[in-house]
Amino acid sequence: MLSAMKYASPTTVAEAVDLLGYEPDARVYAGATDLIPQIRAGRPEPTVMVDLKRIERLCAISGNGSNYTVGAATPTADICAHAGLTAAFPGLVEASGLIGSDQIQSRSSWGGNLANASPAADTPPSLVVNDARAVIAGPDGERTVASADVATGPGTTSLGPAEIIVEFVLDEPPARTADAYLRLIPRTEMDIAVVGAAARVTLDGDGRVAAAAIALGAVAPTVVRAPHAEAALIGNEPAGDALAAVEAAAAAATDPIDDKRGTVAYRRQVAGVLARRAVSIAAERARGRGGQS
Amino acid sequence: MSRVHVTCTINGDPAEFLCDGGQTLLDALRDEVGLTGAKEGCGTGDCGACSVVMDGRLLCSCLVLAPEAEGTTISTVEGMASGDDLHPLQQCFLEGAALQCGVCTPGFLVAARALLDRNPDPDETEIRYGLAGNLCRCTGYDKIVRAVQAAATEITAINES
Repeated sequence: MLSAMKYASPTTVAEAVDLLGYEPDARVYAGATDLIPQIRAGRPEPTVMVDLKRIERLCAISGNGSNYTVGAATPTADICAHAGLTAAFPGLVEASGLIGSDQIQSRSSWGGNLANASPAADTPPSLVVNDARAVIAGPDGERTVASADVATGPGTTSLGPAEIIVEFVLDEPPARTADAYLRLIPRTEMDIAVVGAAARVTLDGDGRVAAAAIALGAVAPTVVRAPHAEAALIGNEPAGDALAAVEAAAAAATDPIDDKRGTVAYRRQVAGVLARRAVSIAAERARGRGGQS
Repeated sequence: MSRVHVTCTINGDPAEFLCDGGQTLLDALRDEVGLTGAKEGCGTGDCGACSVVMDGRLLCSCLVLAPEAEGTTISTVEGMASGDDLHPLQQCFLEGAALQCGVCTPGFLVAARALLDRNPDPDETEIRYGLAGNLCRCTGYDKIVRAVQAAATEITAINES
């Protein structure tokens, strides 16, 4: 099993893109936490595995005070241990830490989580609410797209055959801004989201919502935003009627499937509840970040 | 096709082996290096029986391609004892009967050592979450958790003496 493949470990982005363009059945190999099980389950073997983890840029975290750049293959264990990211994006870091066991945390990454394009992936909703941009390299150079524009459906992406996600860029959040991520699984660890909900809230000086982003996972073929739920918050305190409106609008934004992990009606209801709770947590965190704007 | 020559450090000793490009690190350790401590349980990264530490990171060797080991430092369960002296975790697993069939044990030991390296005094919840990537299908988890607690106490005592 797995024995016919070749293995390549380029050290530059250009070299990786060349390899992927040259070998038609080459596959990107990062954490491989989904790739190897997929091949074992009968997916066709690639001719070449192109390991991205020897490319420094893909495994580096840097911040310059106004934004953070996180390599697409950076292990989520490193992301969770990073004080700056944890302070700036607590929900995104929580979502990162929910992916699998400690063993998997050594290998899982934002780039893999997004490019694998599972509708139930934990980090994409949080990448979306934090407006993380994916820097994508390919034969024609580099382009930058919104995280929401990478996955196009279950297992499919907008990436070209020789394109790779190099890194993510996130702006340092403004004052009185924070995010949160909640997911429902039938137990407390080691499972796949039945519903995931990410929210990010910016409060004004009076405690009213000045900006809001809500994104839901596992309730549609890709991550979905809940624009009506976001609109219901603007100008209001994140409480009472506004939160009730968030719950209803978030549930209405979903397009879930029935499967063994949840029915359509159940997922829809839970999506509303988790969206409301994620907004509350994000707002509570945002309140603690007053001061200069 | 030509095989890949890998040079690395395993349990403190220089090591080299030949492997296929698509061979997993688990298969290379077992079949090429002869270290059969790491076990294949699920082959999909769910059970942790193949746990090893590579360059300081605990991982499932069934999800790693062997050529990736080039230049790395790997530790496996075989490196835990010093000669005939068992590692405190091994001793506590023995004394506490924290194993039955034993297939999951090497993975638990490697993962528990990684946990204690990071957190020398974990509470029960931290141990259960820290070992959530390791499955045991016979003896149950209580004895394993208690053995890890006992080993943590012992290691702390050794380090303080």
